[in-house]
Amino acid sequence: MSLENIAPSSPVIHIRGLKKSFGNNAVLRNFDMDLNPGENVVVLGKSGSGKSVLIKCIIGLMQPDEGDLLVFGDNVPTLSHDDLDKMRVKVGFLFQSNALYDSMTVRENLEFPLRRHWIRTGKENVNDLVMEALTNVGLADTVDMMPGELSGGMRKRIALARTLILKPKIILYDEPTTGLDPITAKEISNLMLDIQKKYNTSSIIISHDMNCVRITANRIVMLIDGYCYANGTYDELKRSDDKRIRQFFD
Amino acid sequence: MKSGFLYNLLTETADIYRFALRFFKEGFRPRYEFGELIRQCYYIGNKTLGLVGITGFIMGLVITIQSHPSMEAFGAESWLPSVVSVSLVREIVPVITALICAGKIGSGIGAELGSMKVTEQIDAMEVSGTNPFKYLVVTRVFATMLMIPLLVILSDTIGLYGAYLGVNMKQVVSFHLFTNQVFEKLTYADVMPSIIKSFFFGFAIGIIGCFKGYNTTNGTQGVGRAANSAVVAATFVVFLIDLMAAQIADILHIT
Repeated sequence: MSLENIAPSSPVIHIRGLKKSFGNNAVLRNFDMDLNPGENVVVLGKSGSGKSVLIKCIIGLMQPDEGDLLVFGDNVPTLSHDDLDKMRVKVGFLFQSNALYDSMTVRENLEFPLRRHWIRTGKENVNDLVMEALTNVGLADTVDMMPGELSGGMRKRIALARTLILKPKIILYDEPTTGLDPITAKEISNLMLDIQKKYNTSSIIISHDMNCVRITANRIVMLIDGYCYANGTYDELKRSDDKRIRQFFD
Repeated sequence: MKSGFLYNLLTETADIYRFALRFFKEGFRPRYEFGELIRQCYYIGNKTLGLVGITGFIMGLVITIQSHPSMEAFGAESWLPSVVSVSLVREIVPVITALICAGKIGSGIGAELGSMKVTEQIDAMEVSGTNPFKYLVVTRVFATMLMIPLLVILSDTIGLYGAYLGVNMKQVVSFHLFTNQVFEKLTYADVMPSIIKSFFFGFAIGIIGCFKGYNTTNGTQGVGRAANSAVVAATFVVFLIDLMAAQIADILHIT
């Protein structure tokens, strides 16, 4: 089922009964969640609870042991390598460590995802796409700089620009504000909101930063003991009497 | 005893074997990364050119100076150019060049891919639709396979010039006579096995460096370990290939 065939209200990501273990350590046990079009969902949980494993399964970097994981109707674990590549054009991934290529300039970093899609984008449009993505994150003047010359916040923005360059429909954020000062973290959180509005993207955000969660989340999914422990808006969960939920908000 | 030295050695050998099989499976299938291959060839060749050249020159000079007294004692001074050239071309230059490359290129590849692995750059490449194995591993292994034989040929030439200077330190021999004496004894049977084994040296250095880097774990500590173990393993394998090449040449009477 392609993106065009999906009804507007159908979830763009549909997960049921997802299981993933590393040896005897069961990280995900029957995890369920949906991501609806245009929605920002924050997955909240303790360190080591399997949040990053979840989004790596969604993008196909890890193979789940069991369960359905549908992205735009395609079951990711069963996709061929070519189909996985086609799916990844529609799904952007922002790495916790930014994962910018050290040996390349900012321009080359942004051009890299386009290499496999020259036909779709047209080689002559590459410069325009690079500049558009950089302008959207407010760093058009860094185009010829090396990643090592940039601050942590700037690197995060460049990584976000690289994620945006293929204009994905879904963005997976892996702890986008970790390691940033509170002011820069707030700027990044606001930028994520701007991107949601401008590109009409749906996002799954992995975060421990409750300010980022408050700013960006339309809905929160709490991943505790490997399954979806609670699901609701920031205000709903904040009002909860459950001790395990409250410890994130207190 | 699953943590024993022998167990670790055998499992790592099996892992490198599987990694090499993947290289052959993916290396000859499109899409080909020619741009990155050329970049790696330039980088690998350029990075070691000076060191390999100087080492070749010194080896040629030193071997000639040290062989001179023995040859003189047997009254065979006139054989010095041919004896030195055969030992340089057949054995000394290919092995020394490979060892330098194992140290410089092997550790460089191990550290580069290792740091890319721990900073999720390899995952980022995969997510952006580029096969990281093709882009990073296949290009580097082909580059070492192509460049090390070229470096050996260059080092042979410079080493022979060093030998010419070494001969002239004790007696006067014209360049023309020296060249005649060298090529009187030096045949294709000396040159070709040396070039062929250099391809295998290049393959071993490339594949081991890439394997160690590509499978790095444990953060920055793991990067250092990957670089270090790439050099140790590649050096050992270079000697192993050299031993096998000598045996094969002997069996095939290429001596």
